[in-house]
Amino acid sequence: MGNEATLLAVEGVTKAYPGVVANDKVSFSVAPGEVHALLGENGAGKSTLVKMIYGLVRPDSGRMVWKGAPYEPATPHAARSTGVAMVFQHFSLFEALNVAENVALGMENPPPMRQLSVRIREVSETYGLPLDPDRLVGELSAGERQRVEIIRCLLQDPKLLIMDEPTSVLTPQEVDILFETLRKLSAEGTAILYISHKLEEIRSLCNSATILRLGKVVGTTNPRESSARELAEMMVGQTLHTPNRESADLGEIVVELTNLSIKSANPFGTSLKGVTLSVRQGEVLGIGGVAGNGQDELLAALSGEALSTPSAIKFKGKSIGNLGPNARRGLGLLAAPEERLGHAAAPDMSLTENAALTGTIRRNLASKGFLRWGAVEDFAKEIIANFDVRTPGPDNAARSLSGGNLQKFVIGREVLQDPDVLVVNQPTWGVDASAAASIRQALLDMAAKGAAVICISQDLDELMEISDRFAALNEGRLTPPRPAKGLTVDEIGLMMGGAHDMEVAHVDA
Amino acid sequence: MDLSSINPLVLLASIMVASTPILLAAIGEMVVEKSGVLNLGVEGMMITGAVCGFVIATETGSPAVGFIAAAIGGAILALLFGFLTQYLLSNQVATGLALTLFGLGLSALIGQSYVGIKAPVTSNLHIPLLADIPVIGRILFQHDMMVYVSIAIVAAVWAVLKFTRAGLILRAVGESHDAAHALGYKVVRIRMLAIMFGGACAGLGGAYVSLIRVPQWTEGMTAGAGWIALAIVVFASWRPWRVLLGAYLFGGVTVLQLNLQAAEVPVPVALLSMSPYLITILVLVIMSINRGRAALGAPAALGRVFHASH
Repeated sequence: MGNEATLLAVEGVTKAYPGVVANDKVSFSVAPGEVHALLGENGAGKSTLVKMIYGLVRPDSGRMVWKGAPYEPATPHAARSTGVAMVFQHFSLFEALNVAENVALGMENPPPMRQLSVRIREVSETYGLPLDPDRLVGELSAGERQRVEIIRCLLQDPKLLIMDEPTSVLTPQEVDILFETLRKLSAEGTAILYISHKLEEIRSLCNSATILRLGKVVGTTNPRESSARELAEMMVGQTLHTPNRESADLGEIVVELTNLSIKSANPFGTSLKGVTLSVRQGEVLGIGGVAGNGQDELLAALSGEALSTPSAIKFKGKSIGNLGPNARRGLGLLAAPEERLGHAAAPDMSLTENAALTGTIRRNLASKGFLRWGAVEDFAKEIIANFDVRTPGPDNAARSLSGGNLQKFVIGREVLQDPDVLVVNQPTWGVDASAAASIRQALLDMAAKGAAVICISQDLDELMEISDRFAALNEGRLTPPRPAKGLTVDEIGLMMGGAHDMEVAHVDA
Repeated sequence: MDLSSINPLVLLASIMVASTPILLAAIGEMVVEKSGVLNLGVEGMMITGAVCGFVIATETGSPAVGFIAAAIGGAILALLFGFLTQYLLSNQVATGLALTLFGLGLSALIGQSYVGIKAPVTSNLHIPLLADIPVIGRILFQHDMMVYVSIAIVAAVWAVLKFTRAGLILRAVGESHDAAHALGYKVVRIRMLAIMFGGACAGLGGAYVSLIRVPQWTEGMTAGAGWIALAIVVFASWRPWRVLLGAYLFGGVTVLQLNLQAAEVPVPVALLSMSPYLITILVLVIMSINRGRAALGAPAALGRVFHASH
């Protein structure tokens, strides 16, 4: 390390928080033009590490070297002026401001707005990321928002670009476009630090990988020469459990949607247009699609948050389109929405209280209008134990749990209510590999016992792994479901709307 | 009823004077809210400004010095609010309400020995040429300095928010403090500055009441102007020129209804007294009908507590 070909060397960096050592003597180095992967489960210390490089957090000990000179960024401004740029996992964008204003906020010395707009157009065309500088970010799709972040970075002419889980919101075709861009940058000499869970991506994109586990470096490899399974096992530290699908006999149709059209409650949302589907007992129906094509609306329609004409939704032959969520819960149709904090769970209420929020009816947790707190707490404890939710106890606020742990709680809460039909949206978003595997296994176990599962997700690998049939949402329309076995990525891409997706988002907003 | 007792010229001329205290307080509060902070202590800061301005002006004999003191007084009280809400992370609503009660009490204490004294006179400007235009000159160009200062502040706030980087950063902080923090902006520092600006403006507004509008010191003399200012910010959709419109509308209808009362118009006094509130709210609501949140300009992080997570 420290030779001239090294752009950034991290040497023995340690950062401790009360009770946790986030990074323990971490070392690695990046050369100009190298695409370097940082791999690790949630809580392995990847975020803390890149935050230190980006000047948001200061290391307790150890040092960083930039082109042979000591590098100690006190603020992101300092990091940016050195040549470090970062694309955040949770976008650091401002919805009520337009694209150009958002870009300007992330730059050190932005040119006047008019010039900046011109440059945004230039750069976005050079790298194949079309973007209109005058549009409000609140109207953009997730993929377009990411482009805003990337262009914000590119305009600063970075030497090192940090990307935190960039592909989780993109279609396969959009991922290809992104990788083209990154390869082009790498060929121009920009080093890229790439954080992801998706091992196949890392294998196709990165030249080298540093694997972190519990804050320590546990390996450095060339990802092209190791298999995805090897990488995953280094990351998890144990043999990985992949869900096994026992294909159950499919029973009767339990849920049937016929020509369901619902206007979106959100002014920036997508309305459902003529959605038709049916799910049988024991079946897992996977629904893919780019974010913002009607996923939230479909979940709301199924959960009962959005009402429709009675006959558009049938549950075991009974029209339920006009029933609210509690009535549907009573029948056995449960749902776990995507947004954990504020939709699936009330952030400032305890896990016990959150357990009561959806579980009261089916678990019989209330009598004569009074909650039976003892039973509620037992239910919460049962979820915590069965789904390996890491928390000091059921009295802790939902907000205090990490995303992955709260997700396990939210899914577990519905699964343990023994539904006939469970609808989940993004069940493993932001959840680490082993927890994701156990959530998927739980869904499969439910199906094996005869429940129907509708899994809405943007993670295609996940959908291919657990689905019996696959359908895709595009602009609020659902494609006819096809058997998942044997579907190729190209076919899936076409179902999701193909490359012209980019334009769709414009028209739609 | 004697409508002829109302002199339209005098009426129009007094609108600007009647509106200026609310305008000053509202434009200050608008900047605070644009940064994502809800300070309900406007009334307290106004009355503190009123007493500080009055005391200093009578002691020094200079209204200008009094206004400066009022701005400082309001800003110091706002600083207290800022410290509690931004550093100790106290609840903004409760702290703001407490600030109002505290300001009312504190001002009564400071002003005890100043009741009944007359403030030094603030002379009206006589802007050459413009002031001599018949009718318009009398209405627009023969007021005291602060009327024009308040309009200049509105123009400056508008220009800063729309055209400058500082304004963009302020709006960004009010829109999403987490994102702003991730980009390396000092959320708390920016908000403290906005809070102090809001306090200074409220202080000026209060001093305008005690030094020019009345001009005397009485306990609780701002009489709810701070609350009106808060409401105008919301109904004006956080836009500077609409704040000006709202304040002038309110001031205008207030003056008009007082004149109508004096002229003994056969309308119940209670109805007349409530008309400024009704008309102002009605007009501003109609103006902002059928618009999404983004177009309304409500800062998304308004009133939320910011706590840097690392």
